[in-house]
Amino acid sequence: MSELRYTKDHEWARIENDITICGISDYAQNALGDVVYVELPDAGRIVKAGEQIAIVESSKVASDVYAPMDGIITAVNDTLSSNPGLVNEAPTGQGWFLKIKFSDAAQYAALMDEKSYTDYTKGLHE
Amino acid sequence: MRYLPLTPSDRAAMLEKIGADSVDNLFCDVPAAARLGGNISGLPNHQSEIEVERFISALAAKNIHAGSCPSFLGAGAYHHHIPASVDQLLLRGEFLTSYTPYQPEVSQGTLQYLFEFQTQVALLTGMEIANASMYDGATAAAEAVMMANRITRRRRAVISGNLHPHYLAVIQTMADLTGFELQIAVPAPGTDENFSIDEATPCVVVQNPDFFGRLHDFSALAETCQKNGALLIVVVTEIISLGLLKSPGEMGADIVVAEGQSLGNGLNFGGPYVGLFTCKEKYVRQMPGRLCGETVDTDGRRGFVLTLSTREQHIRREKATSNICTNSGLCALAFTIHLSLLGEKGLTDLAELNHAMACNLADALAKIPGCKILNNTFFNEFVIELPKPAAPVVDELAKFPILAGVPVSRFYPDNVALKNLLLVAATELTTDKDIAILSAALAEACA
Repeated sequence: MSELRYTKDHEWARIENDITICGISDYAQNALGDVVYVELPDAGRIVKAGEQIAIVESSKVASDVYAPMDGIITAVNDTLSSNPGLVNEAPTGQGWFLKIKFSDAAQYAALMDEKSYTDYTKGLHE
Repeated sequence: MRYLPLTPSDRAAMLEKIGADSVDNLFCDVPAAARLGGNISGLPNHQSEIEVERFISALAAKNIHAGSCPSFLGAGAYHHHIPASVDQLLLRGEFLTSYTPYQPEVSQGTLQYLFEFQTQVALLTGMEIANASMYDGATAAAEAVMMANRITRRRRAVISGNLHPHYLAVIQTMADLTGFELQIAVPAPGTDENFSIDEATPCVVVQNPDFFGRLHDFSALAETCQKNGALLIVVVTEIISLGLLKSPGEMGADIVVAEGQSLGNGLNFGGPYVGLFTCKEKYVRQMPGRLCGETVDTDGRRGFVLTLSTREQHIRREKATSNICTNSGLCALAFTIHLSLLGEKGLTDLAELNHAMACNLADALAKIPGCKILNNTFFNEFVIELPKPAAPVVDELAKFPILAGVPVSRFYPDNVALKNLLLVAATELTTDKDIAILSAALAEACA
């Protein structure tokens, strides 16, 4: 599987063949606090990069989650409905949100790598 | 007596402190041309409390109110007895001055009654979850349609022709302003409707008893809705009917909204009322309004908090489930006190009494030559067909005074087929004498 890439809205994505798996970043889960609910879309939905696809709620805030790439949703992480805390425990692992069969690999290449994203989040504090 | 918190010497002291000669001087920076410079034309001088009371009392005496004569008014607002203990308990300072209980550490009383209210509403409607109330039944119905639109991502709600026209009007307003469609059936008193439901239908909105008083079992409709991926929304405008009738929850409704005025709340000239809102638990994240939940404090003691607030506007901003930021707290409390005083058996008894008086009324009116009862079923309200237009008859009887009911033409002025129909309601406050007076007057008016 490929390395993690990030959007400015704090989603991460990695790709394997023509599938991207995505979720929210460690930075994002830390900023949200304890995640209590994740609303996921139905598989089969066609999405555009930047389109709102999920909602993540902590006890104090609800945030939209956006698609990192164009494509069709092939799977969602149903375990999050019974165990939303996985988003805090393993944001880039077991806390993944969904998989998209993508159409344009260049969109992945255009996302930030780990270092750029770290710099980007540091900039947000200044 | 005027209520002025400051004495003249208080004012003088304050003016002296800031170095102003007079209160008028505080406005000297406003250009003279922009200042009023005298009294507002047409506005009379202030009056004393006694004068105001006299004026307003004379104005109020022009109304014929439901408690002052035989009244058969209904159509979504019902004249019921409110025990004196309800008002007495409402006046308690803890309740009367309460506001949104964001801070559970100082609001346990308010939160607990809201939790009790939700429990009562859920039990009455046969539903899994109820919120802490909406403004009234009509706004709750509009919210229900928007909720169904969100859940199903569909945009063309199917509305029964026998839904209260005011409820339809509020739904229509929200449809016009937020951009969704309605497929509205024509009013058809006394008939079972067939709805055309397809993959664009988010919900079907029906009422029980319907606007014309007829009873329905929507179980089959609930199944049809489910097969088509649409939600069934059931509206109840006379909540006391649920003391006797099969609940919408038992019929398989997905969302139930109701007007709670009949319990603990007066007619109040049309408001404030209290909207009840319930749904299946799986839809709770899409539910509008405040929701109170039971929990435990740090010492493990039972307590209550507002919960699932991330649905609401103060957190989710423009993506909130609704722009309602409050509830009908005091009216909901009156509802809860009244229902608590009645208890389960008391509510059933009250419902039976309402139905019995309505049966007496129907028997009496059916004997009037030329009058026909249109309903084959009813709870405490039904439609009679007069041999002539109903509106002038109602005006004529108001001179006695008798409030003979609501002419259906008032809601459908252009529908000629409905112009002879009169909607009449009876409650526990209706007496045999009231019924005799109405029957005699109506027989004369129709002769």
